[in-house]
Order: sequence, then structure tokens, then C-alpha cells
Amino acid sequence: MVNKNLVKDVVKEPYKYGFVTDIETEKIEKGLNEDIIRLISQKKEEPKFLLDFRLKAFKKWQKMKEPDWAALGYKKIDYQDIIYYSAPKQKEKIASLDEVDPKLLETFDKLGIPLTEQKKLTNVAVDAVFDSVSIATTFREELAEHGVIFCSISEAVKNHADLIEKYLGTVVPASDNYFAALNSAVFSDGSFVYIPKGVTCPMDLSSYFRINSGDSGQFERTLIIAEESSSVSYLEGCTAPMFDTNTLHAAVVELIALDDSSIKYSTVQNWYAGDEEGIGGIFNFVTKRGKCLGKRSKISWSQVETGSAITWKYPSCLLLGEESVGEFYSVALTNNLQQADTGTKMIHIGPKTKSTIVSKGISAGNSKNSYRGLVKMGTKATGSRNYSQCDSMLIGDQASANTFPYIKSQQPNSEIEHEASTCRISEEQLFYLQSRGIEFEEAVSMMVSGFCRDVFNQLPMEFAAEADKLLALKLEGSVG
Amino acid sequence: MQSKMKESHPILEVKNLFASTDNLPILKGVSLTVYPGEIHAIMGRNGCGKSTLSKIIAGHPSYKITNGDIKFLGENINSLEPEERSQSGIFLGFQYPIEIPGVSNLEFLRVSTNARRKFLNKEELDTFDFEELVKEKLEIVKMDQAFLSRSVNQGFSGGEKKRNEILQMALLEPKIAILDETDSGLDIDALRIVASGIKRISNAQTGIILITHYQRLLDEIKPNYVHVMSDGQIIKTGESDLALELEKKGYEWTDNFIKRPK
Repeated sequence: MVNKNLVKDVVKEPYKYGFVTDIETEKIEKGLNEDIIRLISQKKEEPKFLLDFRLKAFKKWQKMKEPDWAALGYKKIDYQDIIYYSAPKQKEKIASLDEVDPKLLETFDKLGIPLTEQKKLTNVAVDAVFDSVSIATTFREELAEHGVIFCSISEAVKNHADLIEKYLGTVVPASDNYFAALNSAVFSDGSFVYIPKGVTCPMDLSSYFRINSGDSGQFERTLIIAEESSSVSYLEGCTAPMFDTNTLHAAVVELIALDDSSIKYSTVQNWYAGDEEGIGGIFNFVTKRGKCLGKRSKISWSQVETGSAITWKYPSCLLLGEESVGEFYSVALTNNLQQADTGTKMIHIGPKTKSTIVSKGISAGNSKNSYRGLVKMGTKATGSRNYSQCDSMLIGDQASANTFPYIKSQQPNSEIEHEASTCRISEEQLFYLQSRGIEFEEAVSMMVSGFCRDVFNQLPMEFAAEADKLLALKLEGSVG
Repeated sequence: MQSKMKESHPILEVKNLFASTDNLPILKGVSLTVYPGEIHAIMGRNGCGKSTLSKIIAGHPSYKITNGDIKFLGENINSLEPEERSQSGIFLGFQYPIEIPGVSNLEFLRVSTNARRKFLNKEELDTFDFEELVKEKLEIVKMDQAFLSRSVNQGFSGGEKKRNEILQMALLEPKIAILDETDSGLDIDALRIVASGIKRISNAQTGIILITHYQRLLDEIKPNYVHVMSDGQIIKTGESDLALELEKKGYEWTDNFIKRPK
């Protein structure tokens, strides 16, 4: 009797990041056509190759159909009703952080990402993206001493055009899928990372994406290149205000790892998820892919997905280099009427490649949580191995969980191992913990963290603590 | 039978308790009083309401008290949450201890013990201090330290689960322990270990309720009172020899004591 309601209450936690920053913004008119794309490119003072890249992508996008194979249901998106460029108005050229609108700095302060010299996080360099533009990047000089480039992608287009031209769209081609094509046509900003040969990046790099406008989409683009024998750990965080309309977020992330290099990409996604009735929230359609080009290169994705009304996201690895390694560690929590269709693709192309997939889906409320994954062994992937483990946890009796593992092997001399399980937090388990003096909420949170442990162990230290707190928060009720 | 005046105050008083689940009445007027130092045994056929009584005292949310009171140390606890009951000193040993995958037994025991210690205004124990304490208590149930690093009850044998219950009881040092068929499914050695664990916590200040089908536990731990339950009521109460008589004559014999509605 009591507990049944509590299970419902416990998953009701107000969204802490739902405020809107009142700031004058420059927005272009709604809608999408060639002129809009030219306008975006012009605003960003882009070289011709990039405008061509955008226009080509747009032509492809126009011929494509929005995918409907995911286990998601949502109202059709009107792509002409979206603003494709929105930027806070500020001075033309900003020389230092002192010139950044204090309102913007305050916004990131409130989000726990202080940017100013006095307050900035000491162990992480941050690139802060607000709607369509990057506001500031910390520790740039320090990183530059090591030859590390960490800046917004718009700046990279200006200052490192050669690298952009060489790598942009090589991992996720514009024609890859509907949302990647859209992003390629209209992407506004995002982060760029380049780690030179032999360099271990001296600190974690991090991007923080903030959607502020209700009617603008966010289409960021991230490109990370790790040269031979280099390594980097990159963290990504996201929040958005609460609007009763749905905001489209269609990002593309490309990672490139050369011989003996490693990239660790961790995400804590906490976009606004909509309210209990499913009104509002971010539609999150993201294409993330890493290419292990080099021998013994390694790309590791870890993600904690707790937000968004819709999540459509499959961070993947193309394992080309001999003995390259791909990893995917994921926790996806859905609540209320959230829907997530997420997973990974591990494409084994080179010999002796190895991949590990550990996915933990937690569904509460009336939410729907699906794991969708592909493991493919190509003809040359001799001696390659994959291990997948997909576990689902249900909280309450209204939530649903699905697992769709696809396996394609063209190489008999390879191993694929798949394990899956589903469990439910039962009233009996909760009563057992409570009857040992453990408070209801702590009991739920203990069980959820226990369930996610294998993934949390993979997150960078400060992120792991944050993820644990975030899950507890998401599951914490208005009780007490 | 229990009418003689006692000098101390009762630990637990169940007064004319009626309870139901899904509108199905299970308890139909149970009264039971446990004074400090007493051991009570409750016997009866399966489905007579023994386990339900124990769960209701522990605060299980699936049951609704429709009439009557449960008092613990003089306070009515009808509306307390299960965790509050545990923290204040009520322990239920489960007939079927629940498996909690992913949660380490050590962490579970520590959080649980600290919840009780906090209530008693005792200092909460960090991992190191707690490990010292738990090692000491492991001796009582003859359990290996390897149990601590496993998930709570997961993959434990029946006997291991029951010993884990006794370990929890030893750590929580409750005022009253209700042990629901803790003896069932145990071999003779495990039964002795469990019995000696129960004896360890039983003293002049605590009360114990043993729910059991078998005389063999009562051979190890002699109860002061034996109650026989049938159809949601206690139909007979006696001293320890009642259990022996019951074993000889069977539950059919006790059917004679059922008060039939006129």
C-alpha cells in the first residue's frame, strides 16, 4: 500500500537545471533551405570547402527519410519550424573571458561549470557551448604548451582548416543517416581536440553543452584526433531548460585514433526529459562513432544517459587497425514517459580486434528503454573477439525494457559472446532492505548503483561520483 | 496464562490484531505480549497466519491493519515505516531471505548496522572499524569472510542464507527478534549454529519469537511459552511441554480448541 505510491514518488525529482538565461540572442528565421545554410556558413566566416560540405549534406538529407526502425514513438518533427542558428549577442571579437557577458558566466556557474580564472575547475579543461556557439575554453595556453589543441570547432575551422578538411566527415559521412546529414548541413559549434604524436593529454578535456532557447535546435559537432601513441580522456555534459515544447538536438561526434593511441569519451547526458505527462523535453538524436585506424589503438565510450524525452544514440567503433580495441559502457535511465533506444555498433574489420559491451538499462515510471546493438565480424577479422552484456532493471510495473542484439559474422575464426538479463526491483527486495533499517530511497539507490557498478567503474573518478549522485537524484522522491 | 503481574514493562504487545491483504482477512484478532527475557514459540499449520503476523510486526507494506494495535516498548507502531521499526530494535529473520544482486553483503551489513547505531546515538562505523566488528560476529555463525564480498544472499545455499540472517541479528542487537522458520531446511550442524546464535542474543533484556514447525529447534532453545495459531487466531497457549504434546498429537488435536461461532 504505502510502498506502491512511494515507488512512484521516488522517481519524481524536479529538474535542477531547468532555468532559462535571460539574454539577448541573435536568431535567424525559422526553417531550413539552402539560403539558411549559406547564412550560417557566412555568419561563421567559413572557407568554401565547408560550405560545399554543408550544401552537399543538405542535398543528401532532402532525399533521405527519417528513420522509424527504433522502438520510439513521437510526434513528427517539423523541420521547418526550427531555428537553426541562435547565439547570445556579444561583441564581435572576444579577447578574454572578461568580455564574455556575465550572464553567460553566471549560467555556467549555476550549472556547476565555473569558467572564470579564479573559479575554474582545476583538473579539467572546459569548452562551454551555449546554444549554437562556444562561449569559452579554459586552460588553452597550458594545453598548447603540450601541443594539444582544444578549442571550438568554429575556431578550428579558422585556425586548423587543414585538419578539419582532412578528417571532418571521415568517420560519420554526411550520408550516414538522416540526423547525421542534417547535422552536417547545419552544425553550429562543438569542440575540436587534437593530441599530437606521443602526447598524453595532461588533463581531462570536457565540453559542456547548454541549450537555452526553446525554439532552436542544437547541432553540435565534435571532432577528436589522437595521433600515434597519444592519449586523451574527454568528458561531455549536457543540460537544458524546461520548455513545454520539444527541442531537437542532433549531434555528431567523430573520433579518430591512430597507432597505439587511446581515446576515452565519457558522457553524462542530463538534457531536460519533459514533465511527468511527457510534455516537453529534448529529442536527442545523436551519431557518435570512433574509428580505430591505427594498430593497437583503443576507443572507449562510456555514457550515463539520464535525460531527454527521446534518446536515439549508438556510440560505435570501427575497428580497422590490427589489435585495436573498442569499448562501450552504458547506463541509460528512463523515467516517466521518457524513451531511450540506445546501444552500440562494434564493427570488427581488422584482425585480432577486440570489443567489450556492457549496457545497463534502468526503466522506471511509464518509460521505455531499449538496447540495440550490432556486433559485426568482417571477413578479415580473424582472431577477433567480442563480449557483450546487456542487463535491464525495471522499477515499478509500468516500465518496459527491450534488448535487440544483432550479430553478423563473416569470419568463422572469431568469437562473439552475448549475455543478457532482466531484473525488477521488487517490493520484497525493498522490504528486506527496509526491514534492516535502510531508508526506502537509499534502498532503491543502493540497488541501482549495485546494478550499474560495472559501468561506473569505467568512468573517470569525478564523473563516477557525479553519475552516482545523478542517478540517486533522478530516483529520489519528494518524500521527506 | 500470562495474567500474572510482571515487574517489567512488555517489549511487544499485540492487541486484538486484525489484518488483511487485498481485502482478504488473514489475522482475526491476535493478542500476544512478550516481556524482556522471554522466548515465545508460535506453531501452527501452513497458512494459519504465522508468517503474516511476523511481517506485520516488521511493517510489511502489503498488509493492512484493520483493527487492533501493535505496541513496541509502550509506543504504538502501527504507522511506522519498516526501517524505523528496525532502527528502534525490531528484527525479523526471514523465512526466505531475499537476494539483492549487485549490492555487496559487507556494504549492506554496514549500512544496516549504522542505521541502528545512529538511532542508539552510537558512533557510525567506517569500513575499517566495521570489518573488525563483523569479523567477530562471523564467528558466531561460523561464516567465512568470503561471504562479505558476495552480493546479498545471491547464490547462497539455504543454510548460508539463514546464517546470514543470524549474522544480521547479531550485528543489529535487537530488542525483539522474530525468527520466521529460521530452522526449516537446515541440516543438524547448521541448526546448532543457528540455535547458538539465537542463544547469544537472548538475554534478560530481549524478547524472542520463534515461528517453527519443529520440536528440534525447541530442544535447543527452550521457550517460555508456546502458542498455537489457526485461521488467524491464537487458539491455545501453553508452556514448553505444549510443543511436545503437539508433536505427539498433531494439529488435528488443536482443532478442538477453535472457538466456533455460535
